[in-house]
Amino acid sequence: MATVQLPTAARWHAPPWLRFAVRRLARLAVSLLLLVSAAFAMIHAIPGDPVRAALGLTAPQSLVNAERRELGLDRPFWQQYLAFIHGAVTGHLGTSISTKLPVTTLIADRLPATMKIAGLAFVTVLVVALPLGMSVAALTRNGRRPRTELVFGGVTGVFASIPDFLLGVALVFVFAVTLKVLPVAGDSGPASFVLPVVALAAGPAAVLARIVRAETLRVLGEDYMRTARAKQLPARLIYLRHALPNVMTATLTLSGLLLSSLLAGTVLVETIFALPGIGTLLTQSVPNKDYPVVQGLALVYGGLVLLINLVVDALIVIVDPRSALRDR
Amino acid sequence: MTPDRQRSAWAGALRTPTGAAAAVLLVLVALVAIVAPVALHGAASRVDVAAVNKGVSASHWLGTDGLGRDVLARTLVATRLSLELALLATAIGTVTGVALGALPTVLGRNAGRLVSGLINLLVAFPGLLLAIFLVVIFGVGERGAVLAIGLASAPSFARFTEPLAASVAHSDYVAAARLLGVRRHRITTRHVLPNVAEPLLILATIAVGSALLAFAGLSFLGFGVQPPAYDWGQMLNSGLPDIYINPAAALAPGIAVVIAGVAFNFFGEAAASVAGVRVEQKWIVPHRRADLTARDGQPAGTPDVGAAGAPVLRVDGLTVAFPSPAGPVTPVTDVSFDLDAGQITGLVGESGSGKSLTAAGIGGLVPHPGTAWARRLELAGIELQQLPEARRKAVLGTGLATVFQDPMSALNPALRVGGQLAEVGEVHYGMTRRAALKRAVERLHAVRISAPERRARQYPQEFSGGMRQRAVIGMGLMGEPALILADEPTTGLDVAVQRQVLDLLRQACTDRRAAVLLISHDISVVATLARRVLVMYGGRIVEDLPARSLLAGAAHPYTRALVASVPDMAADRGQPLATIPGRPPDPAAPPSGCAFHPRCPLADARCGTERPSLEPSPSGGRVACWHPRLSAGHKAPAAGSAGKGVPG
Repeated sequence: MATVQLPTAARWHAPPWLRFAVRRLARLAVSLLLLVSAAFAMIHAIPGDPVRAALGLTAPQSLVNAERRELGLDRPFWQQYLAFIHGAVTGHLGTSISTKLPVTTLIADRLPATMKIAGLAFVTVLVVALPLGMSVAALTRNGRRPRTELVFGGVTGVFASIPDFLLGVALVFVFAVTLKVLPVAGDSGPASFVLPVVALAAGPAAVLARIVRAETLRVLGEDYMRTARAKQLPARLIYLRHALPNVMTATLTLSGLLLSSLLAGTVLVETIFALPGIGTLLTQSVPNKDYPVVQGLALVYGGLVLLINLVVDALIVIVDPRSALRDR
Repeated sequence: MTPDRQRSAWAGALRTPTGAAAAVLLVLVALVAIVAPVALHGAASRVDVAAVNKGVSASHWLGTDGLGRDVLARTLVATRLSLELALLATAIGTVTGVALGALPTVLGRNAGRLVSGLINLLVAFPGLLLAIFLVVIFGVGERGAVLAIGLASAPSFARFTEPLAASVAHSDYVAAARLLGVRRHRITTRHVLPNVAEPLLILATIAVGSALLAFAGLSFLGFGVQPPAYDWGQMLNSGLPDIYINPAAALAPGIAVVIAGVAFNFFGEAAASVAGVRVEQKWIVPHRRADLTARDGQPAGTPDVGAAGAPVLRVDGLTVAFPSPAGPVTPVTDVSFDLDAGQITGLVGESGSGKSLTAAGIGGLVPHPGTAWARRLELAGIELQQLPEARRKAVLGTGLATVFQDPMSALNPALRVGGQLAEVGEVHYGMTRRAALKRAVERLHAVRISAPERRARQYPQEFSGGMRQRAVIGMGLMGEPALILADEPTTGLDVAVQRQVLDLLRQACTDRRAAVLLISHDISVVATLARRVLVMYGGRIVEDLPARSLLAGAAHPYTRALVASVPDMAADRGQPLATIPGRPPDPAAPPSGCAFHPRCPLADARCGTERPSLEPSPSGGRVACWHPRLSAGHKAPAAGSAGKGVPG
């Protein structure tokens, strides 16, 4: 590989990680442009007049016209498009129809709560799934302890099939209504985050633990693990140094998807637990037809999904530099 | 994937426990969806202001909701609408997704890549998030939610269809149909659709489960079904605020969603695994049977203290056993031999003769649930079986080097080569990382890898096969190996590389006075390199002879047959290649008497009843045979039954 750089510029080959970074960032730029375009197109895809729909049939025409002007809907299409892109880049996403507050402010106020439960839930997923999946794999390898395998499969199977919002309802019933040990709803200190985080994390943790176990079993059967055992390395090194990095690639690839769907889950879970996040902002804005807020939220959610995928791809390359060599 | 196999995938799913259970659930859900709206319509919609938000009672098994309506009846009645909406959304998703996924195949190269990139981008977005924003466009309500969930599931159908469509379009039979002048729509209906239908139906079955959950989510948020109509999500929406008063009003529809969702998901998954849509790799263990019962053989005799001038390796009575319902199976039975320093000893035999498991038994690497024990197992005079675990690991880690068959997979692809060598020094010699890496570079140099500093920083996949095998040997030389176990070290390497690897082994043997056990099915390699050869058959050593006697002085008929089967060693190249008739014995059902007797031309009645033990032979080795060839003048065994009855 081109770690030795030749003096002539024409002969210089970019190192694989750099080529990967350029390719990946170019893809991100195209994706972002598509996202902004989709968010812009959304308001124009709504049948009829969105402003009339938002203000209601009884609103006077003068008010509708004023609102249209404020939203810039009276300007030519391409001007609106450029203005929207400019706004998206500079962080000016317009004002809310119902509250008259800047969309950016509204979202900035609500974003931390969502990030907190999504972030905590994701950390919980990793902290539970990786050690659990790996140790169950180590315990049940080559058909050892069939009962442990059965219990693990059953428990993770159950949690993997219950969607986050239904688990949330069940958790409310058990811990808040029946046992009365944790608050049901609202943001009242750290205790109020426990149930939402558990509701969000349980399903993905179960799915990931199953994948980690299957991957670990596959890796433990590889020839290089036999080499590691033949070197008489301690179990700690065999599992952590030799098995873990090979398990991580598949795990990370999947955790990108899991984290994205976990983000989607926050919308429902915030509603169940009445948390002041962007999810509850979204569920309030959709029936109110507050389109500027919905557009802004589309950008935020879409941007977060793209960011998650970028970070995961970067982590994969760091953990497993081979993947940068693969053309994707 | 013909229509025949399509039927078999669903039928096969019914035969799996999960598939059968899911199918029963599916039938139940369908029955409820058909019957409940007719039978329970009255009970579900009867408003009873006197019985608002009542708990569980005899007249209302799951209590009543905020208008005094029976929760159980409503949950059951809601099955039909919930199911209908999910099926409708899945149908929309399937049709749109298949059309989108087929586009890259239909369109030209560049437009196809564009669509393909778009699909990849869309798949990254969670379906529920897409559905929520699509609801904004299509409008809140049943119709909008069906469209939104349908379209939101389209990308995953498209992603699934894309490679399927491409592979079918480029398949031989479609090309043949085209050549025959079959019209395009006939190609699609007769050739393409039947082949993609099965996997798509399986995916759609799973997707119905997801659509049920998504619809429950949207209706719960108030974006889906609007009252007075109700599906499970809408019931959840109206029941949740009253969860303190009647939890059943929120829990019952939730449980119904999970049951129906699980039924579709699990049935689809079961069919998918039968159809082989997703094939999992499995860990394969030889003779994997039931639990290991008690180890029914114990090391006999007491270990000797290693005497001066003792052999490097002393194996006495090594047996490797795997549990089975019919008692332990022993692919290696009572194997005894010594290895001397500075000598290469070959271990030959057909595959399945127990060669590799003998090496695994020595190195403590017998795969679970197998066990290995011996009367005596001494490395450099140290009895390994009596050592505490940590000490045994240290002795084996420094005194034993192992070179495996496939160099392409023997090194960890996620770690740098240098680090993989260095850790031996770190773990077993307490060296610092830096010092261990320095030794690793020296060893890479010693195994003739050029630019070892640079190579040490590389990953195994940047090495060629021969370089990897040399690196593995270098890894073995990180300690002070008294014994090198080389298990088919040159198989799969080309001839020039084979020579390099064998030269390195010979060099390690002479320079470091290590004993080498060279396991190979390649008699010619063993004959040129080894001083002594051990021949294994059916898990036992049947002959132990000097390598120089291999060609002309082998006493055991099996050894002679092995030698005769090697083309470049058989004298007469005009003769057809000699093979050994018959099959190697199954370790689970070993033949009585001499294990080779069913295939041996010299076998007589005694051979079938009494097992010969390993006795000194005239060649200076040992042989286990009732009819060994005593001198060079005898007829070859392939000549037939002429030799029968020669006294032992």
